[in-house]
Amino acid sequence: MPILKWLRRNLVVIAGLATLAYLILPNVVVMVFSFNKPNGRFNYSWTRFSTDAWQDPCGVADMCGSLSLSLQIALWATIGSTVLGAMIAFALVRYRFRARGAINSLIFLPMAMPEVVMAASLLTLFLNMGAQLGFWTILIAHIMFCLSFVVTAVKARVMSMDPRLEEAARDLYAGPVQTFLRVTLPIASPGIAAGALLAFALSFDDFIITNFNAGSTVTFPMFVWGSAQRGTPVQINVIGTAMFIIAVVVVTAGQFIANRRKNSAKA
Amino acid sequence: MTDSTAGGDVRLTGISKTYGSFTAVHPLELTVPQGSFFALLGASGCGKTTTLRMIAGLEEPTTGTVFLGDKDVTDLPPYKRPVNTVFQSYALFPHLNVTENIAFGLRRRGIKSVKKQVDDMLELVQLGDFAHRKPHQLSGGQQQRVAVARALINHPQVLLLDEPLGALDLKLRRQMQLELKRIQTEVGITFVHVTHDQEEAMTMADTVAVMNGGRVEQLGAPADLYENPKTTFVANFLGTSNLIEAEVAEKNGDDLVVTAGGAKLRLPGGRCSAPASSGGKLLVGVRPEKISLAHRDDEGAIAEGRNRVSGRIVDSSFIGVSTQYLVDSPAGKGLSVYEQNVDRRAGLLPGAEVVLHWNPAHTFGLDAAQAIDAGVEKVEDAA
Repeated sequence: MPILKWLRRNLVVIAGLATLAYLILPNVVVMVFSFNKPNGRFNYSWTRFSTDAWQDPCGVADMCGSLSLSLQIALWATIGSTVLGAMIAFALVRYRFRARGAINSLIFLPMAMPEVVMAASLLTLFLNMGAQLGFWTILIAHIMFCLSFVVTAVKARVMSMDPRLEEAARDLYAGPVQTFLRVTLPIASPGIAAGALLAFALSFDDFIITNFNAGSTVTFPMFVWGSAQRGTPVQINVIGTAMFIIAVVVVTAGQFIANRRKNSAKA
Repeated sequence: MTDSTAGGDVRLTGISKTYGSFTAVHPLELTVPQGSFFALLGASGCGKTTTLRMIAGLEEPTTGTVFLGDKDVTDLPPYKRPVNTVFQSYALFPHLNVTENIAFGLRRRGIKSVKKQVDDMLELVQLGDFAHRKPHQLSGGQQQRVAVARALINHPQVLLLDEPLGALDLKLRRQMQLELKRIQTEVGITFVHVTHDQEEAMTMADTVAVMNGGRVEQLGAPADLYENPKTTFVANFLGTSNLIEAEVAEKNGDDLVVTAGGAKLRLPGGRCSAPASSGGKLLVGVRPEKISLAHRDDEGAIAEGRNRVSGRIVDSSFIGVSTQYLVDSPAGKGLSVYEQNVDRRAGLLPGAEVVLHWNPAHTFGLDAAQAIDAGVEKVEDAA
């Protein structure tokens, strides 16, 4: 049977395409509905095509404020957790010190613990300390749970690094600072970048922990959640689509640059 | 920082290294003359790499002093020593291309125009076409040459090589041995080369220091070490030696006469490194390639005055240029004999009764109070 034969030969491709479709379909729906003009307050059924929402993305009260707050928190949480996490990763791999084993396992706890438990206990802590809930409590909470992801990503990279590379640098007249800047950091950077990206994504879309510790502050995920009860403005789809496109562009550009670098090295 | 012209030997005085209760290097006196190709040879764990790293400054000596020329560099960090290292497995910077790897040392010392020097180095190691490749795009041999260029461009007073050829296959290794030797002759810098490969050490070095258990067993020119080993370790580690337990029978002028398994053997008194008195024990050694084999029936044809030991062939293996025989005799079991394959030797098959004979001048004597099999390569070491 020629059809069966064709099927057998292309099974891997078909499976791949099906998986891709499964992953991308939700994004496509979001994208399509960002061009919808719904009749009621809920953007759940297709009515007609319109670019109204794209022309006025901040047309919904408070939405762009919450978006900018989320981006700020994500940025600072990324910087904080990446700097701390990279240092912890280096310390755990390179040095032997007391409580190293304990720290090694404690650092994974935020990953393993149910988020809602962590959120509740953090709230208890903040309340007992008499802390004002808001930007700072959210930021502290985000840095805390992003840390374990950064440590994991950077640790894997540092562990696979040949310590002789740093010895070679020292042997070639690079002092401690130069060795770190010229050899250690560039080689560890893919791990650090992966950790930073992960931290940004995790912080930006976190809802549970943020919701517990935000007080009266509203981040973008909280805004989406809140509006979903009263009606979903099309602008939410616009923001979602824009973020998806930005992410795709960034990844594609990264790949493109990496490929070009590789090709120029060959030439 | 690197006045390469200002001469200087490498002098280690009383240098030692201990890790906790383990002594990696026992207090050591060693002088490497300027401009020489010096090899530290020994099995893994003998302290040779630790010694090298102490010269580089990557390891802090427990006791002792490192001198470069007249300057005490013991307390200088590696980046302040006019010494560069070619690391085992090269340690090339994976994120930099060949040019930037080679220029690394110059740039760190604030030299801006590196192009000319890098080009010269690329030419020296014959890698001109690969300047823009990344290390992972190079073969093992090419990586090795980049590592050499990266170190040499700094004109160090001393170049340290830590098993630089260990990762290469046999043929490439031979080629790189000659290449390194050529480069050393060309640049005239002192090379200190650490290796476990005795053939490599003998091919390349002017002077070889054989290390064992954190100590230098013997130091000398390759030929001298090979012909006149002073200990059983050196005798066995450098090539193969037949060591026979013997008893001193008499002193006959300059010669010593010893008995072993009923055979009377002679050796020059000057080649015996142990005190020999009548009735005393001695280890008598002879290299396998110095021995000739004769059939028992042809014993009459052997010239007078040669040392003879009779035995039986237990094994023979043909390896192209030569055939290696293993012979059991009353004097000792498993004696090796290498015969050049000049003529086909009929009848020299396992089981044949033979006579081993050699010129007494090729015999050496060692102190019997040491392990007879020290330095013999075990199967697991060779892997």
